[in-house]
Amino acid sequence: MDVLVCLKRVPLAGGTLMLTPDSRDIETKHLGFGISPHEENAVEAGVQLVEQMGGTLTLLTLGPSDAEEQLRSQLAIGATRAVLIETDGQEWDPQGTAAALVDAINGEETKFDLIIFGAESADSAGYQIHIRVAHALNLPVITNVKSMKIENGVAHCERVVPNGREHYEAPLPAIVTVRDGLNIPRYPSVPGRMQARKKTVDMKKAETRIPKLEKVTLALAPSKDKGAQILGKGAEAVPALVDVLKQIGAIA
Amino acid sequence: MNKLPTKAQCVVIGAGIVGNGMVYHLAKLGWKNIVQIDKGPLPNPGGSTGHASNFIFPVDHSKEMTAITAESMRQYKEWGTFTQTGGIEVARTPERMQELARRITSAKSWGIDGGQILNPAQVKELVPYIDESVILGGYYQPSVGVVDSLQTGSLMREKAIEMGAAESFANVEVLDITVVNGCVTGVVTDQGSIESNYVVIATGCWSPKLAAMAGAHIPLTPAVHQMKDIGPVPFFKDTKGDIEWPIVRDMDVFMYERQHGTGLEIGSYAHRPILYSPEDLPSNATAALSPTEFAFTQADFDIQDEHAFELMPSIVGDENVREKYAINGILSYTPDGMPILGETPEVKGLWSVAAVWIKEGPGTAKSVAQWMVLGDSEIDLHSSNIARFHEHQKSQFHIKARVDESFNKTYGIVHPSEQYASNRNVRLSPFYEVEKELGAVFYETAGWERPFWYESNKDLVTKFGEKVMPRTAEWESRWWSPIINAEHLQMRESAGIVDLSAFAIFDVTGPAALAVVQKAALRQMDVAIGRVVYTPILGPNGGFKSDLTIMRLDSNHFRVVTGGAHGMADKKWFSDLLPEDGSAQIFDLTSSFTTIGIWGPKAREIIQAITNTDMSKEAFKFSTCKIIEIGSLRVLASRISYVGDLGWEFYIPIEQGAKLWQMLWDSGKNHAMIPVGIGVYGTTGRLEKCYRAYGPELETEYTVVEAGMQSPKLKETDFIGKAAHVKHRSEKPITMLCTLFVDDHTSSTGEKRYMLGSEPILSADLQPIVDAHGRRSYVTSAGSAPSLGKHILMSYLPTELAVAGNRFIVEYLGEHYPCSVAEVGATPVFDASNDRILA
Amino acid sequence: MILVLVDHDRGEIDPLSLRALTAARKIDQSIEAVVIGSQAECLAGIVGQYGATTLHVATHAAITDYTPMASGRALKELVEKLKPAAVLAAGSPRGNEQLAHLAAFLDIPMAAECSEITLGSPHHVLRARWGGNLIESANVHAQLLVATIVSFSVEPESVSGAAAKVVAFEPALQPEDFVVKILQRDSGETSGGITLIDAKVIVSGGRGVGGPAGFGNLEELATLLGGAVGCSRVVTSSGWRPHAEQVGQTGTKVAPDLYIAAGISGAMQHIAGMKNSKTIVVINTDPEAPILRYADYAIIGDLHQVIPALTSAIRQAKG
Repeated sequence: MDVLVCLKRVPLAGGTLMLTPDSRDIETKHLGFGISPHEENAVEAGVQLVEQMGGTLTLLTLGPSDAEEQLRSQLAIGATRAVLIETDGQEWDPQGTAAALVDAINGEETKFDLIIFGAESADSAGYQIHIRVAHALNLPVITNVKSMKIENGVAHCERVVPNGREHYEAPLPAIVTVRDGLNIPRYPSVPGRMQARKKTVDMKKAETRIPKLEKVTLALAPSKDKGAQILGKGAEAVPALVDVLKQIGAIA
Repeated sequence: MNKLPTKAQCVVIGAGIVGNGMVYHLAKLGWKNIVQIDKGPLPNPGGSTGHASNFIFPVDHSKEMTAITAESMRQYKEWGTFTQTGGIEVARTPERMQELARRITSAKSWGIDGGQILNPAQVKELVPYIDESVILGGYYQPSVGVVDSLQTGSLMREKAIEMGAAESFANVEVLDITVVNGCVTGVVTDQGSIESNYVVIATGCWSPKLAAMAGAHIPLTPAVHQMKDIGPVPFFKDTKGDIEWPIVRDMDVFMYERQHGTGLEIGSYAHRPILYSPEDLPSNATAALSPTEFAFTQADFDIQDEHAFELMPSIVGDENVREKYAINGILSYTPDGMPILGETPEVKGLWSVAAVWIKEGPGTAKSVAQWMVLGDSEIDLHSSNIARFHEHQKSQFHIKARVDESFNKTYGIVHPSEQYASNRNVRLSPFYEVEKELGAVFYETAGWERPFWYESNKDLVTKFGEKVMPRTAEWESRWWSPIINAEHLQMRESAGIVDLSAFAIFDVTGPAALAVVQKAALRQMDVAIGRVVYTPILGPNGGFKSDLTIMRLDSNHFRVVTGGAHGMADKKWFSDLLPEDGSAQIFDLTSSFTTIGIWGPKAREIIQAITNTDMSKEAFKFSTCKIIEIGSLRVLASRISYVGDLGWEFYIPIEQGAKLWQMLWDSGKNHAMIPVGIGVYGTTGRLEKCYRAYGPELETEYTVVEAGMQSPKLKETDFIGKAAHVKHRSEKPITMLCTLFVDDHTSSTGEKRYMLGSEPILSADLQPIVDAHGRRSYVTSAGSAPSLGKHILMSYLPTELAVAGNRFIVEYLGEHYPCSVAEVGATPVFDASNDRILA
Repeated sequence: MILVLVDHDRGEIDPLSLRALTAARKIDQSIEAVVIGSQAECLAGIVGQYGATTLHVATHAAITDYTPMASGRALKELVEKLKPAAVLAAGSPRGNEQLAHLAAFLDIPMAAECSEITLGSPHHVLRARWGGNLIESANVHAQLLVATIVSFSVEPESVSGAAAKVVAFEPALQPEDFVVKILQRDSGETSGGITLIDAKVIVSGGRGVGGPAGFGNLEELATLLGGAVGCSRVVTSSGWRPHAEQVGQTGTKVAPDLYIAAGISGAMQHIAGMKNSKTIVVINTDPEAPILRYADYAIIGDLHQVIPALTSAIRQAKG
């Protein structure tokens, strides 16, 4: 079975974000990069499927050439090869991104049985690229999946909703977006790193499109610093907390 | 939390291992009202202490570094935060095996015992997960261990608080350091100002930023050290606690591996140098991990993965052993690799304790605290003195260039004479071009390019044949040439001209000038105008702070001449003695004057031929100076010698230097005068005459009496260190500086080997020689004495053993060579009666 | 006119949709609602209460449950008929998904998780990114604005409106709209019978709890307060607790009346999931832990001592 996982290079931020002087991007000079948490689960799912059923796992990303670093890291945990659609480093809007991904997928010799996305990107969370790709490729799409089994050409998926689990299925080929909790993603081993250096990363170019969802600026969300009232140290402070809980009605 | 005080005896900025150590040791030495602040939270404010690998190899070729490390280990043990694990440095190449032997030798010199060379099978026995087929052997040091630096820091800080001597405040950011009339007056923080006459910068890689607030310089750069933690390792699954297995340093690939719980930590100094600016470091809030832990850049570690795989395939090659944690950790690097300690030369009361690693932290803190409170430290810190930097060495360009060059030498094999290649040709003498044409091979000191020898003298090697003591072994031929010894012999026959432009020169003038130089100098400075006095400069405990020459040019005018390398520290020493009322001043004339020396039996004839001044023995006495005319040039000539022959130093304004050189050169032609490099001036000429040098022989730990330099009569006027010196004079010295000859140079392979310095002197049964103060005997300086056909070693020996003819063993690169005492004390082994100098 | 997709689970309204209605009303007085599925006529009363004059009900024999692609196609048909200025929905997984299908069908942009909307040419929105830590100001170049409303950006406000007029329509759907559908449901993954999202009180533990055993005390406290147990990402990735209990950007976003964070330092992704809680109490040994910046009250101390003491004190207080 041939699986494709779509990834996005995102900064690994600390406790507080900083913006660039023009307020158009996150200041990343102090930050490293990784992929979105849900995407780690996507790659892990792909690796496990290929381990169980054979076939190939291809990674696809759209981003700056530096995104090769993220692709190599994921190749190190067991993906077969990767494709990087190189941008000028600017963020692309969801429609443009989806169109470029679709072009790249159509340009592949492999016809993928399963395309996996993370449920949302850490930085932008537009909730739509997977659906746009599904429409363009005329494939069924199941989102927010936290449990997945592939049997006899059918994807059996569960998503968690506030009051339980919903079971879905779709015949392959299909698109699935997965959430953290689907599995426990593995980290690379040194031999994995060494193999990853020899794997292929195909570089592609894509035409820049005029964004329809056009980012103007970014701003930090208003600080929620409430200036916590320190009730005291250790168990001695418990009576004070009990008073607070009474006040707010948590204890009748 | 308590409110930030508005006044303090001392403000310590930083709460890493160094800042905490400073607070504790200052409190222990009796200071009160110490206020410690850090912009980060406690106990881990986010500096380099927080991500350190925390292991200590107590071995270094530097005596100073080893002493500080040993003292730090002692303290860690005292706090109960040291775990001894043993450590092995493995070698993959024959060059490294030789280097490991040299490291054991250095360790022995500095009092670190127990090191042994192991064969691959023995290494495997200690570290079963090594593939012994990739190594040639290893150096096992049982005393290696791991410390908990964060806990140690907390314990020290809490102790100081408990003593009632200190308060500590986290999350306080320094916005400014205030200075009035060159003296620090306090710090301004985001939570108020604190007045204080002492401010200690213990902020690691942020130090330059804080120093700049006060207009001072701490020339270091933050640089990345990569670390990767992999696991869980099945082999380690039953290990208890943090560490049980020896730490392994894979020296040839600049890496280390240490077991850490069930994981293996792999660290590297092999990757490309990745330098930051202190301004580039993020705050605790914006950092992903901490301000000094940047995201790991795998591409820089690809080769290291392979090297680790080679050495420990059973662990690193295990597909199921995965990366748990990997960082680009920030460490502080300096342009010369040494820490930056002491009061800044720019601002009084502002102290730097920077570029100090975990292995040095507590020892450095204790030493700097002693320096602050008592005026001097027990351990000699001259190589780390912040005052050592010349202006160009404080530049960003220089710092980056040198760290870029030296980063990968962290585990490298560095020859003691190795020269930097980057940022050269910064200071050029007026004769530089002429020297280049003469085939000068330039070494650098204090930014100056100095000829070490001249290829144009190559024919002299043939002339003197075996007398040049040719070397065949690569190690001691590196950064050396037989031409040096040939130049020496020719100078002794006729004369040599030496470029001494690198001298640091400063004039002390004014009504209080005499008082200033008297205060600094051991020797009598109230001498006749025109006298030249060579004098040790002592610290408060009677140890050496420098040795230099002072000329009395007028009743209120003294010229201090000292070596370039130590010149800036000397300048600060004298500057600190200037009275507050302005009755004496110091002028740095280093860049105003150039100096040329001419020595040799023909020196007088060469000079007399071009001057009308009477240069005769009677008219121009030794140890005097006067202005002479050479052509149209008025030259300050000073009759002294550091090479043991008749001759003069000539001081001339720098723009007239070339002219003077030309006239001396032309006159010298008639007397077979040759250009002579610093190889002769600094080593062979000096050693034959048993002249001591500051650093190797003269340092804080030894006294004037032990160095054999006490004058018959004690100066009445007070001077720094006098009380201690008087005491030393009244006691029988427990050690004496001796000159030894190597009796047999033949190695086990039949090759003649020549020591380079720092080797241990051992008893006949190969035991270290230790004096009553616990000081080991080691070679302070080594070099050829071509006139005698001998290889000279200088060493302090316990007085009872310091007897001419006594035989010892010197250990060199793991082998043993017999040597014997030629002279005890300062009597020269060549021309003992000084007839040549006084001719 | 603004059209608001009101989401429901077999007739039970998603409360977030009421916020979407409220948000829509702030942009335009004229709002209409749409529900997908035949069990939804009963919602006319409540959508009217929240300002919608008309409730369009898409009915189709094949729509028996949640079928997002069918929702998208039904919306497309309705939009083409009604020509609203904007289509809004709650920024919930379902709201985002259904509007994304609509946007994909129309090949127009969609702005997810908006906190502010100004209609115009172009439209302008403020939308939440980085789990709400960043606000993006963006222009949307399309005649029709498709946008979802970020949870918690607006409190539901009712107007005393009459029940909305129900207008049913049967969209022309395609077989492919029903390739993906819910086959089965089961309940589960809840804590003590209360789901995280519904809990009024959450007692949450992080790395400081030290291991799975340490959560016993937290469970006891949660039960006593009638709440649920939550945890940080490190806890689920260490396998100490089930993933369903993870609070944060990659887990569940919650806004209970009381959130007690014990031994949680406060990584950005955790904060993103709990900062909208009404009262936040932190128990932590580190007075500098980032989570304190979001707390109302804090006890500096070891949770292993504080939590049991708190539990017994509450027991006493309750008599």
